[in-house]
Amino acid sequence: MDPSFLVLQALSGLASASSLFVIASGLTIVFGVTRIVNFAHGSFYMLGAYIAVTLVPRLLDLSYSPAAFFLGVLLSALLVGLIGVAVEVLLLRRIYRVPELFQLLATFGVVLIVEDLVLKIWGPVDIAGPRAPSLRHGVEILGQRFPAYELVLIAVGPLVLGLLWLLMHRTRFGVLIRAATQDREMVGALGVNQARLFTLTLFLGASLAGLGGALQIPRVPANAHMDLSIITDAFVVTVIGGMGSVPGAFVAALLIGQLQAFGILIFPKVTLVLVFALMAVVLVVKPWGLFGRPEAASGRVMPPEGIPSLRRFRPADVALAGLAAAALLAVPLLGDAYKVKVATEILIFALAAFSLQFLVGVGGLVSFGHAAYFGLGAYAAGLLVTGPLKAPMELALLAAPLAAAAGAALFGFFIVRLSGIYLAMLTLAFGQIVYAICFQWVEVTGGDNGVVGVWPSSWASGRITYFYLVAALSLTAIVLLRRVIYAPFGYSLRAARDSATRAEAIGLDVRTHRWLGFTLAGAAAGLAGGLYAFLKGSIDPTLTGIPLSIDFLVMVLVGGIQTVMGPLVGAAFFHALKDAVMPLTEFWRLLLGIAIIATVLAFPRGLAGAAEAIRGRTVARKPVEASA
Amino acid sequence: MSTRDETFSLMSRRAVIGGLAAAPLGLAASRAAAQGSGPIRIGELNSYGRMAAFAVPYRNAMQLAQDAVNKAGGIKALGGRPIEIVFRDDGSTPGDATRVAEELLTRENVAFLCGTFLSNVGLAVADLANQRKALFLATEPLTDALTMGSGNRYTFRVRPNTYMQTRMLVEAVKDRGIKRWAIVAPNYEYGQSAAANFKRLMTAAVPGFEVVGEQFPALGKVDAGATVGALSQMKADGLFNVLFGADLTAFVREGNTRGLFEKRTVASLLTGEPEYMIPLGDETPEGWITTGYPWETIEGNGHKEFVTAYRARFNDTPRLGSLLGYVVVGMIRDMLEKAGSTDTEAMIAALEGLTSQTIAGPVTMRALDHQSTLGAWIGETALNGRQGTMRQVRYADGADYMFPEAEVKAARKA
Repeated sequence: MDPSFLVLQALSGLASASSLFVIASGLTIVFGVTRIVNFAHGSFYMLGAYIAVTLVPRLLDLSYSPAAFFLGVLLSALLVGLIGVAVEVLLLRRIYRVPELFQLLATFGVVLIVEDLVLKIWGPVDIAGPRAPSLRHGVEILGQRFPAYELVLIAVGPLVLGLLWLLMHRTRFGVLIRAATQDREMVGALGVNQARLFTLTLFLGASLAGLGGALQIPRVPANAHMDLSIITDAFVVTVIGGMGSVPGAFVAALLIGQLQAFGILIFPKVTLVLVFALMAVVLVVKPWGLFGRPEAASGRVMPPEGIPSLRRFRPADVALAGLAAAALLAVPLLGDAYKVKVATEILIFALAAFSLQFLVGVGGLVSFGHAAYFGLGAYAAGLLVTGPLKAPMELALLAAPLAAAAGAALFGFFIVRLSGIYLAMLTLAFGQIVYAICFQWVEVTGGDNGVVGVWPSSWASGRITYFYLVAALSLTAIVLLRRVIYAPFGYSLRAARDSATRAEAIGLDVRTHRWLGFTLAGAAAGLAGGLYAFLKGSIDPTLTGIPLSIDFLVMVLVGGIQTVMGPLVGAAFFHALKDAVMPLTEFWRLLLGIAIIATVLAFPRGLAGAAEAIRGRTVARKPVEASA
Repeated sequence: MSTRDETFSLMSRRAVIGGLAAAPLGLAASRAAAQGSGPIRIGELNSYGRMAAFAVPYRNAMQLAQDAVNKAGGIKALGGRPIEIVFRDDGSTPGDATRVAEELLTRENVAFLCGTFLSNVGLAVADLANQRKALFLATEPLTDALTMGSGNRYTFRVRPNTYMQTRMLVEAVKDRGIKRWAIVAPNYEYGQSAAANFKRLMTAAVPGFEVVGEQFPALGKVDAGATVGALSQMKADGLFNVLFGADLTAFVREGNTRGLFEKRTVASLLTGEPEYMIPLGDETPEGWITTGYPWETIEGNGHKEFVTAYRARFNDTPRLGSLLGYVVVGMIRDMLEKAGSTDTEAMIAALEGLTSQTIAGPVTMRALDHQSTLGAWIGETALNGRQGTMRQVRYADGADYMFPEAEVKAARKA
């Protein structure tokens, strides 16, 4: 291959890496200090681009010069920083005392709101920004043309890195950021005003995201899909580099940039997988990323985010559960055909959410990619029924949990070696790999079109019959999983969750327990996926995607992560809410986001958690206070 | 947003509940019965939120056309009943869309379904329509599968599919004597199937045709610098592009700066559509051969009047979505006039072979594969001031570019 071409390709990779680093550095700083996995970081990036395409042309009208251009870019970044401050003060500050997962949920609510607000304010058409004056041209390098603006971008990355280094090592604010990244509680105990520290950190993080977005406007048009397309890449960079490590993010961005630039030459079709495969490999080899350190908290007893103590059903609870089940089973008699449909979906989502609760609440394994196993089940069922085998529905429904369990066992083998946020990120990586395979391997999976014609056997094809079939299978699976939670196996999982070291000390094989638990939860999600495929008549990659994984998390959290049965309430509430809101307006994501945030603020322990608190059983309160 | 009459919808909802307690089989009957009086309700589901650049102009034109039909006395074959389109967001996923479709069929009591944007959503709704024995007029999805391998007797498609659009481009470039081609396409079904069609049709049309390299960036995440670099390296004489949307803008800017398009023939799908042309602005490359909708140059068939009415009402220029929405409502009117009923079988019989006089010219719904002969405009991209436009435009009638009958029969035999 022509050496000049290799040099240029490497330069292209550097330009992408530089842009990626600017964004990811903000994410990693915010995570280091606040421990929030900030999904809204992608929204800050998008806002940076939209504000810049509005602001920069005005400034260029006043003075057509590179100075005006970069002034506009910086102003946009600062404005986004202020938006970050608003999000912190209005929302995040109110929920620092609730489990960290709820903060993630709130940031996801922000994502939904910003998405629709952007559409409302800037309209649906992509807006291409102006090019930077004096930097429109290509520069001749080794006989080939290379965009001058990208040379500037290549310089911006190291510049930001240098400035951040100065900030971190030469200012009091930076010292506090580093201190909080190492040990947040200790910083608080030493009398540092945490509220102000967090606000400033959010300002810094959001500004960097905004800067990243604003710098992109000569290359990429501002569009309403930018947020989610960047956030996964930013996650990958921060995780590979080590969460909280700015130099780590820099190295990781360089790696990803070059991998993309040269990967497309060798594997033009699998770039989507490459990045996540790299992340998976790094995490398997170095569980805390390249430059990350074991979480300071891991040696300490942390209040568990999950079911604190089990409570057996009392007579009143039995009556309540029985009543709920009876009401559900009576839906076909009382409601119309559409209600039956929605009730079927709720049953399926309840099973999926319950299996996730089994992982998160019982096992302490936070999965950001639970939809992968839901999707594996759906694909196994769908491909069996429509493929050359033309298998009947009954066989497919048997295969769905088995296939998902196989996938969960394979991925889980690596996943359970990690803990905390890195574990969550590895689940995300495997989830994205499954998604990419379903999306891009058109020959087998039908690509994004998916496969249609996945209908139940004729005896079960009626809406009502299928409803009862789903009810029977879902409720059985839920009861069985509940049984496992109350069995010694469940107790062992909770012991491992609360303190892996102590569990090991009393002779529990933590890793194997977690691995089996992960596989079991995968199987249950797979059954839900298989049932969903036959309900919808089709399978497609959205069944494996991040949005669905997040939906499941929302159901668990809204229902109450500290309760056993809460996720069922959460699934019913969330799905019914979505169904009610969607026909009202095309801005239903906005309403959904507001509803999620309102729920987090009003019921920080979820709906079922709130109900328990009202009934005066405050077992769940102590750990919450302890986490303050 | 919807214009539905609340009291009516409540009444009909109750009527349906009564009719439904019995069995799902009663559904079709009660749907026909409840359609006996009042407006003819049509269920339109589309991605008004996530794909608003296309879907909102589409909905605008549908409302314009609906008002025109109703002002002219409604559907005469049905005693002058007006039509009423019930708009719903499809959530942009098949899971949400099929639920919304069920809601439209069972609660909103619509006579049939139309719409959808994404191919996966369109296919899922088509299959649901097949299962529930309801008519589905898929307006926008492009995937060939919808009228070929996954086609069914309840599903009809209006827009020219990927194969037809690619074939129009191949017709336009095959005589230019270019043999060495590079391909760049988004890595998903649409991109892959456009690339496959291009290779197949060019191999047949151009002796010595060869693909010297391909790039398949991930949809919505094109790494423009690296992709353009890789394409330049291939030293192709022709470039076939399937990128669109934000990917296209990023690709064009990078390619302009690096001189990728200089001294090369570029054939590009959909680039001439206003939805994708407007964001390119003054960076619109000159001389790309493309399919599109140059609304400002189209005369005849009442198109000029349509543009005037559209601009007057919405204070915006029409997009391809607007054209499609207007054409679709015209076809619906003609179908209902011919069927004289909202019974599904009567509507299918009426739609098969139906020829409508539309603002794009006559459009026939081919009975063989339920694909309409709506065409597209072929031309070269050009800059007009700071905006892109098309020149040397001609309308390619879809009838000349349909899948050969033998292929359809082989694909749809299931």
